[in-house]
Amino acid sequence: MSTLVLPSKSPVLSGKGWSAFIAASILVCAVAPALNLLVPKDSLFHMSDYAVALVGKIMCYAICALAMDLIWGYTGILSLGHGVFFALGGYAMGMYLMRQIGTDGNYKSNLPDFMVFLDWKTLPWHWTLSDSFVATLFLVVAVPGLVAFVFGYFAFRSRIKGVYFSIITQAMTFAAMLLFFRNETGFGGNNGFTDFKRILAIPIATPGMRMTLFVLTGVTLLAFFLLARWLVNSKFGRVLQAVRDAETRVMFSGYNPIGYKLTIWTISAMMCGVAGALYVPQVGIINPSEMSPANSIEIAIWAAVGGRATLIGPIVGAFIVNGAKSWLTVAYPEFWLYFLGALFIGVTLFLPNGVVGLVKKLKGNKA
Amino acid sequence: MLGHLIRLTAFAILFIAGNAHALGADEAKAIASGEADARIEALNKAVATADDKTAAFLQALSDDAVKVAGDHVLVIKDGKGYDPVSGAEVPVPDVFEDVMNNNRMRGELDSALAALKLFSKDEKTRIAAIKQLQSDADESKLPLIEKAFAAEQNAQIKEQLGLVRAAALLNSADKAKRLEAAQLLSTSTQANTKTVLLARLALETEPDVKSALQNTLRQVEASLAWGDRLGAIFSGISLGSILLLVALGLAITYGLMGVINMAHGELMMIGAYATYVVQGLFQKYLPGAFDWYLLAAVPVAFLASALMGAALERSVIRFLYGRPLETLLATWGISLMLQQLVRSFFGAQNVGVENPSWMSGGVQVLGNLSLPFNRLVIIGFAIFVLLAVAWLIGRTRLGLFVRGVTQNRPIAACMGVNTARIDTYAFALGSGIAGLAGCALSQVGNVGPDLGQGYIVDSFMVVVLGGVGQLAGTVYAAMGLGILNKFLEGWTGAVLAKIAVLVFIIVFIQKRPQGIFAMKGRSAEA
Repeated sequence: MSTLVLPSKSPVLSGKGWSAFIAASILVCAVAPALNLLVPKDSLFHMSDYAVALVGKIMCYAICALAMDLIWGYTGILSLGHGVFFALGGYAMGMYLMRQIGTDGNYKSNLPDFMVFLDWKTLPWHWTLSDSFVATLFLVVAVPGLVAFVFGYFAFRSRIKGVYFSIITQAMTFAAMLLFFRNETGFGGNNGFTDFKRILAIPIATPGMRMTLFVLTGVTLLAFFLLARWLVNSKFGRVLQAVRDAETRVMFSGYNPIGYKLTIWTISAMMCGVAGALYVPQVGIINPSEMSPANSIEIAIWAAVGGRATLIGPIVGAFIVNGAKSWLTVAYPEFWLYFLGALFIGVTLFLPNGVVGLVKKLKGNKA
Repeated sequence: MLGHLIRLTAFAILFIAGNAHALGADEAKAIASGEADARIEALNKAVATADDKTAAFLQALSDDAVKVAGDHVLVIKDGKGYDPVSGAEVPVPDVFEDVMNNNRMRGELDSALAALKLFSKDEKTRIAAIKQLQSDADESKLPLIEKAFAAEQNAQIKEQLGLVRAAALLNSADKAKRLEAAQLLSTSTQANTKTVLLARLALETEPDVKSALQNTLRQVEASLAWGDRLGAIFSGISLGSILLLVALGLAITYGLMGVINMAHGELMMIGAYATYVVQGLFQKYLPGAFDWYLLAAVPVAFLASALMGAALERSVIRFLYGRPLETLLATWGISLMLQQLVRSFFGAQNVGVENPSWMSGGVQVLGNLSLPFNRLVIIGFAIFVLLAVAWLIGRTRLGLFVRGVTQNRPIAACMGVNTARIDTYAFALGSGIAGLAGCALSQVGNVGPDLGQGYIVDSFMVVVLGGVGQLAGTVYAAMGLGILNKFLEGWTGAVLAKIAVLVFIIVFIQKRPQGIFAMKGRSAEA
């Protein structure tokens, strides 16, 4: 005697969810800056510059994990090439930052140092828009989005699925890495971009600027979280989950999955691009190793550790894994890879729903 | 110092025969001091009529052992002075000057010495001398070359020497001789003949010699092009055979069993390190049989990787069947741990694996094409492994079970096949073949913790391109990709070629998602 229960449209966040969200916003926008800038350095509550840089970096990673969750957790498509979109966003921002150096480089030239080094006389064509901040903001979203759209269009149209798709995305990031390693590509080759001086004519290394970037990253992460939440709760999101669970049945029900897959794939890539753009000014360097296949796979493990198909999970996962990484690579460098490897194996074998799933289960048992 | 003495004695032996006139004191002085132009002229004159003393003197000059004291030239060796003409010991004067040789003088000295080495008893020395003279012979060496040409017994060396003679004639002042040289050189298949011709062409003023030279150049280029093309095909096949070895194991674990094994590259690495360990054991306990260590390393590499594969299958992979994406992540984790394990045991640096002596060297096929033995051996080895795998899968009981389990697991189980055990065997077999690939790779590349990483993308490309579940597809894909890659490399350079191949595969998969050889029937959609 089962009755058909139609899912009612659930709100973006529950009442409790909204209070947690507002608390997180206050933490990022007010508490962290106050602890870093206002509390004296020797105080117990002072947030060190190192902590600001670390948390800022991890929040960028968390955006990637969130993007990965949309495409993998909710649509069932595992991308092993999200590092490309991250790096493309980063490179777009890096180009602008390189132009902002102006004539303060080692060679005192108007051109970026590596171009002087290569004996180039003029900017290559793809640097045309790099002087404008507005154009850069556009490129940060548009370039990864366009690359993802074109790649996804052809891949999904040919109905490449599952592992095949994962492997060709890996080939894509590998090819892109090789391309960016070349000096002729015009992105600084091996060394990439570094030695940034200012952004919007404001020096980049001041505590104020660092905190601004930190807050911006946090706000972006929270905004993307809301966006993702809204997406997966909408009808669009429900179709995505149906594609994940039974694509053939979705097609027989009269939906064409290509449009749905392509849209979420492109959105996911754009989110990664924004994460990359926020990452570069905070870390101060971008180079082709960001595109190595290993980096892209790591994004997947952040999402898996936290818990796929929950939106808070990937963010938690990114903090757990990267927190452990920054601690272990300093304290026990030789154990880091063992730990990461064991994490990959352990999570897939024992924690299919990640940490968040585990917490939910424990709570459920108590109740 | 010993090598130096040997060289001097060698020269002494060289000139036992022959009616060359002896090195005079004036000659020695003219070569050792004065303006560079005059010295070179004197040098060339002396070389044309050289004897053993001239050779020894020139060697000393080249080793900076010749000093000038006032009017006398002497050679100082081990703190003692010798007279270059008589060879007798002379007192070392209090004041002497070093002989300064600029780069031009050194070049002339080297080619003079090479010309003299043409008379060496040792064939290898003669061949080396010919190689050097090919690019910098001029008319002054001609008498010596003619003499060596007449005396040469070995037909192959004589032919080479003929080309050197022609190259020397090419710069002759006599127009008829230049024409003759152009004629002679047209049969050459040496890459440096082209350089010599181009250099002369730039200087040549006579129109008819010029056209003869251009004619010759075209012929030489045509025969060189053949060498280049065959060379590209050979290195393509060589790369293809390595890809084949790498991909064969994957064709079993991924192609037949459907397990995405990202640790495949690390299983290869284990094979390569097993080879390294066997090499070490042979060096320590069986130095006499060192040349044959590779034969022992092949089964060891296979077993090491196969055991590791069996252990992985039993402990991790078995729980993830039917969940390919999770398998991918878990095996990636395994690969990270294996890399770190090797780093902990053997260090992060590359380790040295030597070729056995029978694998070094090569066969010279054309002037600009030689096939190295280690590459040839690996091609043969790849064919052997391929045949063995085809036999194992197609003809044995184990192969039958593997195919049965692949096609229909429940029915195979109903027939009494222990499917779980077959899974372990099949995975161990695939891993063992990865070990064999690692053993082969240790002979052509670096052995380090990152060895597997470089091949993982390539090997998946081969399997995906070839079509899942198909050994024949794997072979065609490996060979095709290898040759395509090497041909593109000739055009665009290594990195762009690699990118082009990756893009090609991505596009190809769009058109034929099931690979070159699609599985037909029900299994295609599974």
